[in-house]
Amino acid sequence: MNLFQQIFAWLTDPEHWRTTLGIAGIPQRVGEHLQYTGLAVLVSALIAVPLGAWIGHTGRGGTVVVGLVNSLRALPELGLVILLVLALGITYAVPALTIALVVLGVPVLLAGTYAGIRNVDRSVVDAARGMGMTEWEILLKVELPNALPLMFGALRAASLQIIATVAIAAQISLGGLGRYVIDGFAFREFDQMAAGAILIAALAIVVELVLTGVQWLVISPGLRKARTTRVKSTQQRALEPASEST
Amino acid sequence: MSWVWANIDRLFETSLTHLWLALVPVVVGTLVSLPLGWAAARSKAAKAVLVPVSSLLYTIPSIALFVIMPVVLGTKILDPFNVQAALTVYTIALLVRSIADALAAVPESVTTAATAMGYRPLGRFFAVELPLAIPVLVAGVRVASVSNMSLVAVGQLIGVGGLGFFLLDGAQTSPPNYAEIIAGILAIVLLALVVDGLLALLGRLLTPWSRVGSGAGGKA
Repeated sequence: MNLFQQIFAWLTDPEHWRTTLGIAGIPQRVGEHLQYTGLAVLVSALIAVPLGAWIGHTGRGGTVVVGLVNSLRALPELGLVILLVLALGITYAVPALTIALVVLGVPVLLAGTYAGIRNVDRSVVDAARGMGMTEWEILLKVELPNALPLMFGALRAASLQIIATVAIAAQISLGGLGRYVIDGFAFREFDQMAAGAILIAALAIVVELVLTGVQWLVISPGLRKARTTRVKSTQQRALEPASEST
Repeated sequence: MSWVWANIDRLFETSLTHLWLALVPVVVGTLVSLPLGWAAARSKAAKAVLVPVSSLLYTIPSIALFVIMPVVLGTKILDPFNVQAALTVYTIALLVRSIADALAAVPESVTTAATAMGYRPLGRFFAVELPLAIPVLVAGVRVASVSNMSLVAVGQLIGVGGLGFFLLDGAQTSPPNYAEIIAGILAIVLLALVVDGLLALLGRLLTPWSRVGSGAGGKA
């Protein structure tokens, strides 16, 4: 059997799809992976979106956001996860992982929300103010809907980064699809390792596609054309790659 | 702190390995991205292939790409080359798009003027278009270098070496050797910041025109 056949055999073995005698099957591992990811993305968004909206609307603290994003990019995810899980103890492994993931997710979402709101055409905001809208109405009805394309870009980047980090969290005896890679490495079972890697990659791609679909449904059709023709500002350019690093 | 002083030689040696693992992919990736970005800026067909493939590759989490590499390349599973190849793929995926955008953003009046002055397409690329794209190129290379620094640490999960060793090694003793883990993290952050700073400096040296007058070139 060559390598491809071995990996295919591993992936199609019904034993690997069932959870028996406490040995988790693929569906359960996918569930764990999505559960850790979903929780962390939700908490990150609850912190980052209001804060980013406030910073973007008032314009206060913008340089702090850019600096924060740039310096956190250098922080090794693996080190952060290991350190937090050891510090809180293995009983609190899931909360510790969530904190580490939120630390990674917040800057990305914060930068996206901030940049999205800052990039709304000032004349549009002035027009809204001239029409007698209150500051809250301007934020909720004008700035946030117009900021959605960039905010969704950040949401996708943050989700992918969190999925990738959950995969390496298997190192500290947590579940998720990373288990197959880590266990496969420990037992020198390369078919298991490669199958796990393929599952992780597939999960990331599916999540990306689903979020892109949701983005297409949620964002006002009027913004679709504008996005492709508008020339990117230098600030947006500076923030964008930051939100992409995995 | 005492752990750091007792192991300063190992830290230094491992830092060099770490730099080697992280930066060779940046150099190779940049060299490959330039012709690809040029092609994507010129032809719609090339762009229609390169941009979606780049973003697809960028979507794949690092640990998965590290393990898939030997399947694709036929290399040994524990070969550090797998990690370097994967990081090269990320660098290319990141740079192709920004180089294509930067080259496409060179105003047509500039390229027409260069042509009128007698530049042939290849000479014009190196003398006019590439220099104008340097600020964007340097920004992309900085992002790639810094993120490679932290991804090499992930490579330690499949035994690649580098500073990631201290993160896992410190976690294996009981009680955990926090000094070792924190030293490993700080060494990675420090190296990343130094490399980032040096690249920023290089970018300034390569674009002397952006510091005089209105800096029109720097904003291209």
